[in-house]
Amino acid sequence: MVRFGLLTKRDKVLLALIVAFLVLLDLAFIWGPTIASFILSLTNWNGIGAITARSFVGLKNYVTLFTSYLFFKPALLHNLIYLGVLAFVATPLGIFFAVLLDRELAGTRIYQTIFYLPVVLPLVVVGFIWELQYAPTDGFINNALGLVKSNHIIDWLGDPRINLFAVLIAASWRHVGYIMVLYLAGLKSVDPTLREAARLDGANAWQTFFRVVFPVMMPINVVIAVITTIESLRAFDIAYIINRGKNGLELLSTLIVNNSISEANLIGFGSAIAVVLLVISLVPIVTFLVTMDRRIE
Amino acid sequence: MTVVTTPRVRARTTPALLQHVNLARLLLQTFLVVMAAVWLFPLLWALYEALRPISDTTKRGYFSLPGQPLTLANFVTAWDQANLPHYYLNTLLVAIPGVVVTLLLASLLAFTITKFSWKLNLAVLMLFTAGNLLPPQVIIIPLYWVYLKTPMPHFLSDNGLLYDQYIGIIFIHIVFQLGFATFVLSNYMKTLPKELTESALVDGAGLLRIWANVIMPLCRPALAAMATLLFTFIYNDFFWALLLMKSGSKRPIVSALNNLQGEYFTNYNLLAAGALLAAIPSILIFLAFQKHFVRGLTLGATKG
Repeated sequence: MVRFGLLTKRDKVLLALIVAFLVLLDLAFIWGPTIASFILSLTNWNGIGAITARSFVGLKNYVTLFTSYLFFKPALLHNLIYLGVLAFVATPLGIFFAVLLDRELAGTRIYQTIFYLPVVLPLVVVGFIWELQYAPTDGFINNALGLVKSNHIIDWLGDPRINLFAVLIAASWRHVGYIMVLYLAGLKSVDPTLREAARLDGANAWQTFFRVVFPVMMPINVVIAVITTIESLRAFDIAYIINRGKNGLELLSTLIVNNSISEANLIGFGSAIAVVLLVISLVPIVTFLVTMDRRIE
Repeated sequence: MTVVTTPRVRARTTPALLQHVNLARLLLQTFLVVMAAVWLFPLLWALYEALRPISDTTKRGYFSLPGQPLTLANFVTAWDQANLPHYYLNTLLVAIPGVVVTLLLASLLAFTITKFSWKLNLAVLMLFTAGNLLPPQVIIIPLYWVYLKTPMPHFLSDNGLLYDQYIGIIFIHIVFQLGFATFVLSNYMKTLPKELTESALVDGAGLLRIWANVIMPLCRPALAAMATLLFTFIYNDFFWALLLMKSGSKRPIVSALNNLQGEYFTNYNLLAAGALLAAIPSILIFLAFQKHFVRGLTLGATKG
């Protein structure tokens, strides 16, 4: 684009003002609160009165979190399972769909639309639609399996041993299509001569994908890994509308909200959980920024 | 090369191989048909439940063929009783200014940062992109208090705060989505020929005029793609409206659905109808602007 030097003085000032204003806005409402979460995590503030020197309790919240808070380890584990299922089941399935649809079979567009449809639905609606599948006596699944007739009802969303996996099926229903669309666009941008060359060298479809296409698509692979990780860390809506993220559906995100806003006023303690979520989130975020930096260089 | 390839090409046309290829295609098609059916099923089931009168499902159970004719009665009831038009309006009050202002600011920012040396440009872009990638739960606690404590003029806010106000919800969407929109739009703007803006500048056009008269019209495809995506993101939001909007009657439709659940806990027919009604705008927008959707997502993913 235009070199900065070509601009008039008035335009230079204007440009600096626009950037400064928007950067300040981002700092004030995104990064400011991020830092504030960290500071609050060192206090025992309960939302009443001012925060004084006496509110600061050092790392006490973190000690409680890691040693005696019953729900922290389950929530951490649930986020990890969430990530595991999305990363090792839903994402590969989305990539697989993309590879199949990239072959331009009859009806590719229709399949694409169908697989992508759940992605545009609000997560809350996804939750409701799957409640109709999972409902104990009235849901489709228990009836289709004959469990209602034989009186062996499975409470898919109520049983803490399985409800996380029930939620993950609903979440995957959405995630697969998202990954499919992204990957399909990536596949279309792969130079077709590469594939042709691989085929001529006698590679089968499997080898062509894993040895040629997949490595060429490394930038997209990173984006997909980042998106999958972020989605599993952000997971909130489905668990929250099912049971407010309790009884088997504890996630770091629901613990933050329940502890400090919707049910209790443990601001400091909830903030400590938010900081843990932040630190974990920095892994995919930094990964993304590093690849972005490298590619622009 | 030709010496090597000729026998292969011939080999592919032999009947045995052709049959093999056809069989593989058939298997693939079957697999895709089955998966597509599985994918559509939850939506179709919701539609079926929504179309059945409650008296029918009470008598025969949900897992049954209809004993009474299917009707739209549940949709009508959900529409009226749950006061859905009111909640759709709430959503539009948030989504329209949210999308418009985000696009204006993001295109301005994307346009201006392409003027700096690449290092500063990259730093600004990274700040916004990283902010957009943060889980909202990381910042919600301080943000909640900022919303409770920030005074607002009364023509924008009837309680004088950011909390529990449309302006507050619009505002957080703008700030949060600015990162993604700037990222996508700056990727797009980098592909525009620089001669266009340079000649306008030589002709004496100011920065804002170039943005409005040269850049914005050229970015129309990217803006359309972003508008579609942003509208869906904001429409689908549950989190911000749940926590930063206290009054149930002011909430947008998606977070208001949460209220319906308690009210009609056992009436799955009505719940299905309500959920589908809330989903219909998203689905229609997607079907109408599918190309924009895909373009917006891929602009964000493939060129980062």
